Amino acid sequence: MKSGSNLERVIQSGQPAVTAELGPPMSAASDEVVRKAHVLKGFCDAANVTDCQTAVVRMSSIAAAVIALREGLEPVMQMTCRDRNRIAMQSDLLGAAALGLKNCLCIAGDHQKFGAAGKLKGHPGAKNVYDVDTIQLVGILKKMRDEGFQEGGDKVDVPPKFFIGATWTPLGDPVDFRPYNLKKKADAGADFIQTQGIYDMELFESQMEKARNLGIHEKTAILVGIIVPKSVMMLNYMNATVAGVSVPQQLIERMNRVKESAGDDKQQAKQIQEEEGIKITVELIQKALNIPGVKGVHIQAIEGETLIERIVKKAGLYPRPCT
Amino acid sequence: MIVGEQKPVAEIWEMVKGYRRIIIFGCNACVAVCHAGGAKQAEILASLLRMKAVQEGIEMNVEFSACERQCEPEFIMLHAETLKSQDLVLSIACGAGVNLVSALIHDIPIFPGLNTEFYGAVPQAGVFEEVCSGCGDCILHLTGGICPIVRCSKSLLNGPCGGTNKGKCEISPEVDCAWYLIVERMKKLGTLEKLFEIQPPKNWATATHGGPRRVVIEYIVKSEEAEEKKVKGG
Repeated sequence: MKSGSNLERVIQSGQPAVTAELGPPMSAASDEVVRKAHVLKGFCDAANVTDCQTAVVRMSSIAAAVIALREGLEPVMQMTCRDRNRIAMQSDLLGAAALGLKNCLCIAGDHQKFGAAGKLKGHPGAKNVYDVDTIQLVGILKKMRDEGFQEGGDKVDVPPKFFIGATWTPLGDPVDFRPYNLKKKADAGADFIQTQGIYDMELFESQMEKARNLGIHEKTAILVGIIVPKSVMMLNYMNATVAGVSVPQQLIERMNRVKESAGDDKQQAKQIQEEEGIKITVELIQKALNIPGVKGVHIQAIEGETLIERIVKKAGLYPRPCT
Repeated sequence: MIVGEQKPVAEIWEMVKGYRRIIIFGCNACVAVCHAGGAKQAEILASLLRMKAVQEGIEMNVEFSACERQCEPEFIMLHAETLKSQDLVLSIACGAGVNLVSALIHDIPIFPGLNTEFYGAVPQAGVFEEVCSGCGDCILHLTGGICPIVRCSKSLLNGPCGGTNKGKCEISPEVDCAWYLIVERMKKLGTLEKLFEIQPPKNWATATHGGPRRVVIEYIVKSEEAEEKKVKGG
């Protein structure tokens, strides 16, 4: 075992892994993290604790991850390249490992100009860092863990034992480079990969075939990202604006028919669209798990942690193996 | 070339309003090309400040002048006496000019009338683009002649992030994704496999992160010194 994390154990066991997401609050409210941890505990193998997602200040990923861990939920701490240089990164990684964290997902991080896609103020005037990129960060983690050296060459007597993760946007531009991008992450040392949310499983399958031909699926565990759709409006928005997300027209039409069946009753429309969203999620999970080389799913229910229990149960993925 | 834009007149006014004798000092090199800091702009800005002074009822004498290159002492020193006779020099050269004039003219303040932005290419008349940040360790042979350090908003060295949307950057649909351009160009050149290699963490010490940078060409320094001795000895 590289890290001894629960996520690593499940992946090693050969059973499909399930990860979810826990968004830290925009405040010091530890009880909010505790509440979310209880909602997710037992229904996923580990939960990603995001690191100032969309470049908005939130409780630090490490702090929120430790709170979740104390509640019995295994966290995947996230670390963006946006906010720290290699000194701060390695220092935080040592600290996080000392506090008991065992999974780390390396990501570039949304640019600070992005500021919650304009919904919040954010800090568009902030200075970013990007001292290293994601692939380099993966390499730094691996070097610390497996060789016991810092990036600069100084020794690490007690190395941080992380199960190392990275992300993949298989359907983003330039699409024919994406399998090679993934290969670089696996070559750098990523033990697991979580993909951007996939709605078009056929397109994804063709990218997975290319990944398999490069042998990547044997080097790293690929977990397919599924974003729980809540409404036709959300599907349209994601299709039009979210990078690397393509929603098939028939899925949009399906959700639209459900919405229209509620007539003018807005409350009813919201409810039945959510129900349909759960059905769609379960179908996507099943399709994803049937693709050769896929080792699990990463379910993102944005501000909807409570939905995970139902989705996991409906998808036949409950109980979780090692919790 | 160095690209700059003149500060808003209101901001300049706040800087200069306490001074009575002011000279606007332009530079006829780069910043004249981008219509921000040449002799012509010095003249226009002087008129604007005179008008503002009249409006505000403040007695102010505003002159203007410009030199060939404000980044070299010999051109600045031709104007030394004029500059020294003022209460304030408002330099509309790039920041290199403001710094150098400050180093040469000791007794009066030198204020900036420009925001120096970057050094860039001029793909078409009136358009200036930042395509190189001068990081001090060029890798353009690895990236199809397209610089990811400054043209990628995240300075990524190993390929695109997940934010590429229809060939554009996540920060704006107006900004090209550098990695999209790099991949497309490398495909055309038949050298895409160069991008499959992992680039290690960059040494940023050659960029501004290693402290102020300085290049010294010894043989020029020495021959100048020898020339000076000869003149003095002569």
